[in-house]
Amino acid sequence: MRREEALFQYLLRLGDSALVLAQRLGEWTGKAPVIEEDLAMANTALDLLGQARMWLTYAGEVEGKGRDEDSLAFLRDASGFRNVLLVEQPNGSFADTLARQFYFDAWNLRALRALSGSADERVAAIAQKSAKEAAYHLERSTDWVVRLGDGTDESHARMQAAIDDLWMYTGELFEGDAVDQAMVEAGVGFDPAALREPWLAEVKSVLTEATLALPAPGYMQRGGKQGVHTEKLGYLLAEMQFLQRAYPGAQW
Amino acid sequence: MKEWPLWEVFIRSQHGLAHKHVGSLHAPDAEMAIKNARDVYTRRNEGVSIWVVRSADITASSPGDKEALFEPAASKVYRHPTFFPMPDEVKGI
Repeated sequence: MRREEALFQYLLRLGDSALVLAQRLGEWTGKAPVIEEDLAMANTALDLLGQARMWLTYAGEVEGKGRDEDSLAFLRDASGFRNVLLVEQPNGSFADTLARQFYFDAWNLRALRALSGSADERVAAIAQKSAKEAAYHLERSTDWVVRLGDGTDESHARMQAAIDDLWMYTGELFEGDAVDQAMVEAGVGFDPAALREPWLAEVKSVLTEATLALPAPGYMQRGGKQGVHTEKLGYLLAEMQFLQRAYPGAQW
Repeated sequence: MKEWPLWEVFIRSQHGLAHKHVGSLHAPDAEMAIKNARDVYTRRNEGVSIWVVRSADITASSPGDKEALFEPAASKVYRHPTFFPMPDEVKGI
Protein backbone atom coordinates (compact mmCIF):
# COMPACT_ATOMS: atom_id res chain seq x y z
CA MET A 1 0.00 0.00 0.00
CA ARG A 2 1.32 3.42 -0.92
CA ARG A 3 2.25 5.53 2.06
CA GLU A 4 -0.06 8.41 1.04
CA GLU A 5 -3.03 6.11 0.55
CA ALA A 6 -2.46 4.48 3.95
CA LEU A 7 -2.02 7.87 5.62
CA PHE A 8 -5.23 9.15 4.02
CA GLN A 9 -7.19 6.16 5.34
CA TYR A 10 -5.52 6.50 8.73
CA LEU A 11 -6.47 10.17 9.03
CA LEU A 12 -10.04 9.42 7.95
CA ARG A 13 -10.33 6.86 10.75
CA LEU A 14 -9.16 9.34 13.35
CA GLY A 15 -11.22 12.20 11.95
CA ASP A 16 -14.40 10.24 11.33
CA SER A 17 -14.43 8.68 14.80
CA ALA A 18 -14.16 12.15 16.36
CA LEU A 19 -16.71 13.63 13.95
CA VAL A 20 -19.36 10.95 14.39
CA LEU A 21 -19.04 10.98 18.19
CA ALA A 22 -19.28 14.79 18.17
CA GLN A 23 -22.50 14.53 16.16
CA ARG A 24 -23.90 11.95 18.59
CA LEU A 25 -23.09 14.09 21.62
CA GLY A 26 -24.59 17.10 19.90
CA GLU A 27 -27.90 15.24 19.80
CA TRP A 28 -28.11 15.74 23.57
CA THR A 29 -28.13 19.51 23.25
CA GLY A 30 -31.30 20.80 24.85
CA LYS A 31 -32.23 17.33 26.11
CA ALA A 32 -29.64 16.44 28.73
CA PRO A 33 -30.91 15.60 32.25
CA VAL A 34 -29.63 18.90 33.67
CA ILE A 35 -28.31 22.08 32.12
CA GLU A 36 -24.82 21.49 33.55
CA GLU A 37 -24.63 18.20 31.63
CA ASP A 38 -26.09 19.82 28.55
CA LEU A 39 -23.17 22.23 28.50
CA ALA A 40 -20.59 19.61 29.40
CA MET A 41 -21.79 17.31 26.63
CA ALA A 42 -21.75 20.14 24.11
CA ASN A 43 -18.24 21.13 25.23
CA THR A 44 -17.00 17.60 24.65
CA ALA A 45 -18.78 17.51 21.29
CA LEU A 46 -17.08 20.74 20.25
CA ASP A 47 -13.67 19.49 21.37
CA LEU A 48 -14.14 16.37 19.25
CA LEU A 49 -15.43 18.40 16.33
CA GLY A 50 -12.27 20.52 16.54
CA GLN A 51 -10.16 17.36 16.46
CA ALA A 52 -12.16 16.02 13.53
CA ARG A 53 -11.60 19.23 11.58
CA MET A 54 -7.84 19.03 12.01
CA TRP A 55 -7.68 15.35 11.02
CA LEU A 56 -9.99 15.75 8.03
CA THR A 57 -8.32 18.91 6.75
CA TYR A 58 -5.02 17.06 6.76
CA ALA A 59 -6.66 14.01 5.17
CA GLY A 60 -7.92 16.17 2.32
CA GLU A 61 -4.45 17.60 1.77
CA VAL A 62 -2.84 14.16 1.79
CA GLU A 63 -5.40 12.84 -0.69
CA GLY A 64 -4.61 15.76 -2.98
CA LYS A 65 -7.92 15.81 -4.83
CA GLY A 66 -9.02 19.18 -3.57
CA ARG A 67 -11.39 17.90 -0.89
CA ASP A 68 -11.53 19.99 2.28
CA GLU A 69 -12.89 19.15 5.73
CA ASP A 70 -16.42 20.09 4.68
CA SER A 71 -16.58 17.99 1.54
CA LEU A 72 -15.18 15.03 3.47
CA ALA A 73 -17.69 15.48 6.29
CA PHE A 74 -20.80 16.28 4.30
CA LEU A 75 -20.40 14.68 0.90
CA ARG A 76 -19.36 11.12 1.67
CA ASP A 77 -21.84 8.26 2.04
CA ALA A 78 -21.81 5.87 4.99
CA SER A 79 -19.57 3.39 3.18
CA GLY A 80 -16.97 6.14 2.80
CA PHE A 81 -16.77 6.71 6.55
CA ARG A 82 -13.96 5.03 8.47
CA ASN A 83 -15.03 5.63 12.09
CA VAL A 84 -15.07 2.77 14.59
CA LEU A 85 -18.50 1.21 15.14
CA LEU A 86 -18.52 2.19 18.82
CA VAL A 87 -19.04 5.89 18.19
CA GLU A 88 -21.98 5.53 15.80
CA GLN A 89 -24.06 3.63 18.36
CA PRO A 90 -27.14 5.62 19.39
CA ASN A 91 -27.17 7.74 22.54
CA GLY A 92 -29.71 5.53 24.30
CA SER A 93 -29.97 6.51 27.95
CA PHE A 94 -27.54 8.76 29.78
CA ALA A 95 -25.78 5.60 30.97
CA ASP A 96 -25.42 4.30 27.39
CA THR A 97 -23.93 7.62 26.30
CA LEU A 98 -21.49 7.66 29.19
CA ALA A 99 -20.44 4.02 28.72
CA ARG A 100 -19.73 4.72 25.05
CA GLN A 101 -17.83 7.84 26.02
CA PHE A 102 -15.79 6.08 28.68
CA TYR A 103 -14.75 3.24 26.35
CA PHE A 104 -13.84 5.74 23.67
CA ASP A 105 -12.08 8.28 25.90
CA ALA A 106 -9.93 5.59 27.52
CA TRP A 107 -8.85 4.53 24.02
CA ASN A 108 -8.65 8.00 22.48
CA LEU A 109 -6.33 9.39 25.15
CA ARG A 110 -3.90 6.51 24.69
CA ALA A 111 -4.12 6.71 20.91
CA LEU A 112 -3.42 10.45 20.97
CA ARG A 113 -0.51 10.03 23.37
CA ALA A 114 0.96 7.37 21.11
CA LEU A 115 0.50 9.65 18.09
CA SER A 116 2.13 12.56 19.92
CA GLY A 117 5.46 10.96 19.10
CA SER A 118 4.61 10.38 15.44
CA ALA A 119 7.28 10.79 12.79
CA ASP A 120 4.72 12.88 10.89
CA GLU A 121 5.01 16.32 12.48
CA ARG A 122 1.47 17.33 11.59
CA VAL A 123 0.03 14.17 13.14
CA ALA A 124 2.14 14.71 16.25
CA ALA A 125 1.00 18.33 16.58
CA ILE A 126 -2.70 17.50 16.23
CA ALA A 127 -2.37 14.63 18.70
CA GLN A 128 -0.54 16.73 21.28
CA LYS A 129 -3.19 19.42 21.18
CA SER A 130 -6.06 16.92 21.31
CA ALA A 131 -4.60 14.80 24.10
CA LYS A 132 -5.16 17.57 26.65
CA GLU A 133 -8.84 17.69 25.77
CA ALA A 134 -9.11 13.91 25.78
CA ALA A 135 -7.59 13.74 29.27
CA TYR A 136 -10.42 15.89 30.59
CA HIS A 137 -13.04 13.90 28.68
CA LEU A 138 -11.77 10.72 30.27
CA GLU A 139 -11.84 12.21 33.76
CA ARG A 140 -15.40 13.25 33.25
CA SER A 141 -16.72 10.02 31.75
CA THR A 142 -14.84 8.01 34.40
CA ASP A 143 -16.49 10.06 37.14
CA TRP A 144 -19.90 9.33 35.71
CA VAL A 145 -19.34 5.62 35.25
CA VAL A 146 -18.27 5.40 38.90
CA ARG A 147 -21.14 7.53 40.18
CA LEU A 148 -23.83 5.77 38.22
CA GLY A 149 -22.34 2.31 38.84
CA ASP A 150 -21.91 2.92 42.54
CA GLY A 151 -25.14 4.89 42.83
CA THR A 152 -28.69 3.68 43.27
CA ASP A 153 -29.94 0.19 42.32
CA GLU A 154 -31.52 1.71 39.24
CA SER A 155 -28.43 3.60 38.08
CA HIS A 156 -26.24 0.57 38.79
CA ALA A 157 -28.46 -1.72 36.70
CA ARG A 158 -28.58 0.73 33.81
CA MET A 159 -24.85 1.38 33.85
CA GLN A 160 -24.09 -2.35 33.90
CA ALA A 161 -26.46 -2.93 30.98
CA ALA A 162 -24.80 -0.12 29.01
CA ILE A 163 -21.30 -1.44 29.74
CA ASP A 164 -22.40 -4.91 28.61
CA ASP A 165 -24.29 -3.79 25.49
CA LEU A 166 -21.43 -1.75 24.07
CA TRP A 167 -18.69 -4.22 24.90
CA MET A 168 -18.88 -5.93 21.52
CA TYR A 169 -17.87 -2.69 19.81
CA THR A 170 -14.62 -2.32 21.77
CA GLY A 171 -12.68 -5.13 20.08
CA GLU A 172 -12.31 -3.19 16.85
CA LEU A 173 -10.30 -0.49 18.64
CA PHE A 174 -7.40 -2.89 19.02
CA GLU A 175 -7.49 -4.71 15.69
CA GLY A 176 -4.91 -3.69 13.15
CA ASP A 177 -5.01 -4.16 9.38
CA ALA A 178 -2.80 -3.29 6.41
CA VAL A 179 -3.34 0.44 6.96
CA ASP A 180 -2.23 0.24 10.60
CA GLN A 181 0.69 -1.93 9.58
CA ALA A 182 1.85 0.56 6.94
CA MET A 183 1.59 3.43 9.42
CA VAL A 184 3.55 1.56 12.08
CA GLU A 185 6.29 0.81 9.53
CA ALA A 186 6.39 4.47 8.50
CA GLY A 187 6.72 5.52 12.14
CA VAL A 188 3.53 7.56 11.77
CA GLY A 189 1.04 5.41 13.66
CA PHE A 190 0.86 2.98 16.55
CA ASP A 191 0.11 -0.70 16.83
CA PRO A 192 -3.56 -0.90 17.94
CA ALA A 193 -3.00 -4.21 19.73
CA ALA A 194 -0.43 -2.55 21.98
CA LEU A 195 -3.10 -0.30 23.48
CA ARG A 196 -5.31 -3.17 24.54
CA GLU A 197 -3.62 -4.15 27.80
CA PRO A 198 -3.34 -0.63 29.26
CA TRP A 199 -6.89 0.14 28.11
CA LEU A 200 -8.22 -3.03 29.67
CA ALA A 201 -6.35 -2.38 32.91
CA GLU A 202 -7.93 1.05 33.20
CA VAL A 203 -11.41 -0.19 32.30
CA LYS A 204 -11.10 -2.96 34.88
CA SER A 205 -10.02 -0.61 37.63
CA VAL A 206 -12.78 1.91 36.91
CA LEU A 207 -15.45 -0.80 36.70
CA THR A 208 -14.23 -2.24 39.99
CA GLU A 209 -14.46 1.15 41.66
CA ALA A 210 -17.93 1.52 40.15
CA THR A 211 -18.94 -1.90 41.57
CA LEU A 212 -19.60 -3.04 37.99
CA ALA A 213 -18.63 -6.34 36.40
CA LEU A 214 -16.27 -6.53 33.42
CA PRO A 215 -18.22 -8.03 30.51
CA ALA A 216 -17.33 -11.61 29.60
CA PRO A 217 -15.23 -12.09 26.47
CA GLY A 218 -17.47 -12.66 23.48
CA TYR A 219 -18.02 -11.97 19.82
CA MET A 220 -16.67 -8.61 18.71
CA GLN A 221 -18.18 -6.54 15.91
CA ARG A 222 -15.75 -5.10 13.41
CA GLY A 223 -15.70 -3.32 10.06
CA GLY A 224 -16.10 0.37 10.81
CA LYS A 225 -12.47 1.14 10.05
CA GLN A 226 -12.95 -0.49 6.63
CA GLY A 227 -16.26 1.26 5.90
CA VAL A 228 -18.69 -1.51 6.88
CA HIS A 229 -21.08 0.14 9.32
CA THR A 230 -24.18 -0.58 11.35
CA GLU A 231 -27.37 0.84 9.86
CA LYS A 232 -27.38 3.52 12.56
CA LEU A 233 -24.67 5.52 10.81
CA GLY A 234 -26.91 6.17 7.81
CA TYR A 235 -29.53 7.91 9.94
CA LEU A 236 -26.89 9.97 11.68
CA LEU A 237 -25.42 11.10 8.36
CA ALA A 238 -28.86 11.85 6.92
CA GLU A 239 -29.34 14.40 9.67
CA MET A 240 -25.79 15.73 9.69
CA GLN A 241 -25.48 16.06 5.92
CA PHE A 242 -29.00 17.13 5.03
CA LEU A 243 -28.29 20.81 4.52
CA GLN A 244 -25.27 20.41 2.26
CA ARG A 245 -27.00 17.68 0.28
CA ALA A 246 -30.21 19.62 -0.20
CA TYR A 247 -28.53 22.97 -0.80
CA PRO A 248 -25.05 22.21 -2.16
CA GLY A 249 -22.51 24.86 -1.22
CA ALA A 250 -24.93 26.63 1.12
CA GLN A 251 -23.26 29.09 3.48
CA TRP A 252 -24.35 31.47 6.20
CA MET B 1 -32.41 16.84 39.13
CA LYS B 2 -34.00 18.24 42.22
CA GLU B 3 -32.10 16.05 44.70
CA TRP B 4 -28.76 17.50 43.62
CA PRO B 5 -27.52 20.20 45.99
CA LEU B 6 -26.81 23.72 44.83
CA TRP B 7 -23.20 24.92 44.78
CA GLU B 8 -21.79 28.43 44.69
CA VAL B 9 -18.89 28.86 42.29
CA PHE B 10 -15.87 31.13 42.79
CA ILE B 11 -13.33 31.66 40.02
CA ARG B 12 -9.92 33.27 40.20
CA SER B 13 -9.23 34.90 36.87
CA GLN B 14 -5.91 35.08 35.04
CA HIS B 15 -4.82 38.30 36.69
CA GLY B 16 -7.14 38.35 39.67
CA LEU B 17 -5.79 37.94 43.14
CA ALA B 18 -8.97 36.73 44.77
CA HIS B 19 -11.63 34.21 43.85
CA LYS B 20 -14.79 35.96 42.78
CA HIS B 21 -18.33 34.67 42.97
CA VAL B 22 -19.56 33.94 39.45
CA GLY B 23 -22.78 32.02 39.97
CA SER B 24 -24.21 28.73 41.11
CA LEU B 25 -24.99 25.29 39.73
CA HIS B 26 -26.28 21.85 40.66
CA ALA B 27 -24.02 18.83 41.10
CA PRO B 28 -24.16 15.53 43.00
CA ASP B 29 -20.89 16.14 44.87
CA ALA B 30 -17.96 18.54 45.18
CA GLU B 31 -15.79 16.89 42.53
CA MET B 32 -18.55 17.01 39.94
CA ALA B 33 -19.34 20.56 40.99
CA ILE B 34 -15.76 21.54 40.06
CA LYS B 35 -16.12 19.82 36.69
CA ASN B 36 -19.49 21.40 36.04
CA ALA B 37 -18.08 24.79 37.01
CA ARG B 38 -15.25 24.24 34.56
CA ASP B 39 -17.75 23.50 31.81
CA VAL B 40 -20.26 26.21 32.69
CA TYR B 41 -18.09 29.12 33.83
CA THR B 42 -14.62 28.77 32.28
CA ARG B 43 -15.49 28.10 28.64
CA ARG B 44 -13.96 31.39 27.56
CA ASN B 45 -10.68 31.18 29.37
CA GLU B 46 -11.98 32.99 32.44
CA GLY B 47 -10.13 31.22 35.15
CA VAL B 48 -7.05 29.59 36.59
CA SER B 49 -8.62 28.28 39.80
CA ILE B 50 -12.09 27.21 40.92
CA TRP B 51 -13.65 26.99 44.38
CA VAL B 52 -17.05 25.50 45.04
CA VAL B 53 -19.00 25.53 48.27
CA ARG B 54 -22.42 24.19 49.05
CA SER B 55 -24.92 27.03 49.01
CA ALA B 56 -26.41 25.61 52.20
CA ASP B 57 -23.08 26.13 53.97
CA ILE B 58 -23.12 29.86 53.37
CA THR B 59 -24.56 31.96 56.18
CA ALA B 60 -25.91 35.20 54.79
CA SER B 61 -26.89 38.40 56.52
CA SER B 62 -30.59 39.01 56.57
CA PRO B 63 -31.94 41.82 54.38
CA GLY B 64 -34.12 42.82 57.36
CA ASP B 65 -31.01 43.62 59.37
CA LYS B 66 -29.77 46.09 56.79
CA GLU B 67 -30.42 49.19 58.88
CA ALA B 68 -28.80 47.85 62.00
CA LEU B 69 -25.82 46.44 60.14
CA PHE B 70 -24.98 49.10 57.63
CA GLU B 71 -26.62 52.43 58.37
CA PRO B 72 -24.43 53.35 61.36
CA ALA B 73 -21.41 53.37 59.05
CA ALA B 74 -23.02 55.88 56.71
CA SER B 75 -22.60 58.85 59.05
CA LYS B 76 -18.99 58.13 60.01
CA VAL B 77 -17.08 59.85 57.25
CA TYR B 78 -14.01 60.04 59.50
CA ARG B 79 -13.50 56.33 58.84
CA HIS B 80 -12.56 57.12 55.27
CA PRO B 81 -8.94 58.17 54.92
CA THR B 82 -9.90 61.39 53.13
CA PHE B 83 -8.58 63.86 55.69
CA PHE B 84 -4.92 63.34 55.05
CA PRO B 85 -3.16 65.66 52.62
CA MET B 86 -1.30 63.43 50.17
CA PRO B 87 1.97 64.52 48.57
CA ASP B 88 1.68 64.97 44.81
CA GLU B 89 4.33 62.32 44.13
CA VAL B 90 2.05 59.59 45.53
CA LYS B 91 0.06 58.18 42.67
CA GLY B 92 -2.97 56.00 42.54
CA ILE B 93 -4.71 57.04 45.74
